[in-house]
Amino acid sequence: MSDVEEERPAGVGVAPASSGSPHGRRLGGFLSTPAGRHTGLGAALIIMILIGALTAPDRFLAVSNLRIVLSLAAVIGVLSIGQTFVIIGAGIDLSIGSLVALCSVFATTQFTQNMAGSSTWWVMVLMAIVVGTIAGLVNGLLIAYGPIVPFIMTLATMAAFTGLAEVVSAKKTQIVQDNAFQGFFNGSVFGIPAQVIVFALVAIVAWILLNRTTFGRRTYAVGGNPEAARLAGINVNWHTVLLYVLMGVCAGIAAVLITARTTAGSSNLGSGYELDAIAAVVIGGTSLFGGRGTIVGTIIGVLIFSLLNNVFTLNNLDSSTQAVAKGAIIVIAVLLQQRVARRDTRT
Amino acid sequence: MPTDDVDVPLLQMRNVVKTFPGVKALDGVDLDVRAGEVHCLLGQNGAGKSTLIKVLSGAYHPDSGEIRWEGELLHLSGPQSAVAQGIATIYQELDLVGGLSVAENVYLGHEQSTAGFGRRTLTTKLVRAHLLRLGHPEIDPSMEVSRLSAAQQQIVSMARALSYEARVMIMDEPSAILDPEEVAGLFRLINELKQSGVAIIYISHRLEEIQRIGDRITVLKDGVTVGSDLKVSETPTRELIKLMTGRSIEYAFPVRPAIPADASVVLEVDGLSRPHEFFDVSFTVRAGEIVGIAGLVGAGRSEVVETVFGARRAHRGTVRVQGRAVRNGSVVAAVRAGMGLCPEERKAQALLLQEPVYRNVGIASLTRFATAGFTHDRAELRAATRELDAIQLPRGQERRIISGLSGGNQQKSVVARWLLRGCKVLLLDEPTRGVDVGARSDIYRIIRDLAISGVAVVMVSSEIEEVLGLADRAIVMAEGRVVHEGPTEGVTERDVLDLIMRGDAA
Repeated sequence: MSDVEEERPAGVGVAPASSGSPHGRRLGGFLSTPAGRHTGLGAALIIMILIGALTAPDRFLAVSNLRIVLSLAAVIGVLSIGQTFVIIGAGIDLSIGSLVALCSVFATTQFTQNMAGSSTWWVMVLMAIVVGTIAGLVNGLLIAYGPIVPFIMTLATMAAFTGLAEVVSAKKTQIVQDNAFQGFFNGSVFGIPAQVIVFALVAIVAWILLNRTTFGRRTYAVGGNPEAARLAGINVNWHTVLLYVLMGVCAGIAAVLITARTTAGSSNLGSGYELDAIAAVVIGGTSLFGGRGTIVGTIIGVLIFSLLNNVFTLNNLDSSTQAVAKGAIIVIAVLLQQRVARRDTRT
Repeated sequence: MPTDDVDVPLLQMRNVVKTFPGVKALDGVDLDVRAGEVHCLLGQNGAGKSTLIKVLSGAYHPDSGEIRWEGELLHLSGPQSAVAQGIATIYQELDLVGGLSVAENVYLGHEQSTAGFGRRTLTTKLVRAHLLRLGHPEIDPSMEVSRLSAAQQQIVSMARALSYEARVMIMDEPSAILDPEEVAGLFRLINELKQSGVAIIYISHRLEEIQRIGDRITVLKDGVTVGSDLKVSETPTRELIKLMTGRSIEYAFPVRPAIPADASVVLEVDGLSRPHEFFDVSFTVRAGEIVGIAGLVGAGRSEVVETVFGARRAHRGTVRVQGRAVRNGSVVAAVRAGMGLCPEERKAQALLLQEPVYRNVGIASLTRFATAGFTHDRAELRAATRELDAIQLPRGQERRIISGLSGGNQQKSVVARWLLRGCKVLLLDEPTRGVDVGARSDIYRIIRDLAISGVAVVMVSSEIEEVLGLADRAIVMAEGRVVHEGPTEGVTERDVLDLIMRGDAA
């Protein structure tokens, strides 16, 4: 907070590209606008595609390959979208990977054992989402009214949810033998995989929620300056609860998608996904301090990681190198964003 | 040759220019500071004072122009080179490390050590000497800084300046965080430093302080020096205001119309108490009335207002708006009942700094510009612009990010937030803090117009003159208690000071 400018000259942040400023500065000014930031991310995405097309020309650009890339992006994508809301609200949720496992094993166990044959597959979908909602509510209530720092609270539930998932499943993998369920979530409509359609729907709803509703406005306010939001009459604590509930719902949806893809519920599902989701959100330009971020940025972040994965697989490179590349991308992206942000505030 | 001249300034700036993309923050500034003088730097917000301080403290490099030290050209490569030269800055927001001791803070960055081992005894001795020189031997060098009062922390900051053997001390609004008694102490200290040959660059919004301790004045406006080396004793305040604002203004308070006899009581506060903060505070405000709360810092004024607004939970007592009790400790309930608060710390408590002005205005009325939760951005922009027009915020500001606006325009935006909401009770905590002289009259007029339109206004102010000039009735608080309540008509500043002093003594 020490570098907050007391006396910022007029015109800052509106049109930094003034007459006579060097070209680089003008570009920097453009890149610091939301549209510009997305252009920068889009450029990074295109570079990924070019690399893919050059290193594995015939396979990479095949339609079937792109369908795979997008399908595999769906689970992390849905989680990242939930995480975007939480992080814009100046929180963080580390428990979502474990929560995916919990939702998955609870729904599949109930469905295949206790309700075998007696109900349709969408009951299972509903159950996964309900479990996610309840878990999110627990996180949110304790974070807002405890109050417990989000990092610690969700670190605790991360451990607890994994344990619960193991208890529920008795550490056994629960195969889902429901053709209708598989057919729905692993099928496709007009050649578009159902997983991708679910991801797209979640993204569209999230975009509208964040940009066109009072809920979205409150999210930015609560994350940007909680005290100001409180004194403007916003119920900051309750809004915080809602953010974690929303995250829980997303985790439930992600659990359904991954259960369909792997055709089984297991307490090992989703492990480490919370970090992938946070990485995608941060790459997408969302500030970990809250108050700033976009859905479009997050989606591009998710796609960059998904493409990276694909390019490495197509070129038969091992996953260890891939992890290193992933780390490097995170660092480079954050450094670039800080440059832009700094130019934005220094001027 | 310059060394023979006794009148050569210690520090000299000539035609200093500092440009940021799109704006010239400094556009040819001259400044001459002599040893052993208090040189006041005046200017409205945005005049370039902060940038000037940052150039002198080595944080910014000027684009052109020169800085001379005893006549020699000076190049400051960074903050360390400035302190090494003997230029120390006492920042408004003190830059001390709360968890370290007084001694550790004073020698932070130039620790007294032998082969890497700290010499604690020597450090303590040196710090004690500095504190003694500053007239504050009661501060314990081993005390943790976070446990000291703001005034004492300021002393520690000055001790640090002395530890660098500073010959120029820049003080950025040092009195802003002090109460009148502490300010008197500060002035004594400044005088002593001055006697010992230290030059002080003193920045303050309070013109009367400059009359009391200043020797010479430099006035900045829009990054240019518009008045240099003015002798305080020979320059009337009116002249200074004229230089700063480019027009001559008097503190014109708007005319007070009589409040209609049938005006209903809107706000009733009864027996409000919070342990250690304030006790048994009761008052009422009628529609169209402005009630001012005067008192020293720490008298409990802000706490009362925040409790009325539900931001703090009352231990005892009730708050009613139009006869209906408002749920204790709930801002949401207070806002729903028709209250609005413009808090004291604008940046920390009121502004969404990353958002445009109109969204800052609309934030308290979100549901009004939404159907089933879906917002109508344009309707909000239109309505916010209408309110901003009504209080005469310059056109075209509504889409700008609010952090780029001047303090006065930010304050107007916060007022507009509650105007848009249509509040019946407006609570204003230090409405003109950090607002430059020119914008003050605007704020006064806005507050009065609001009252005329039927809003019940409660205003907390540290400036007695402001309470007497603007309010219809004054409440005087001392030590958490109401010591006086009555019409402001015919009351003088002296009367209020007497009341406060008597209240404090009681």
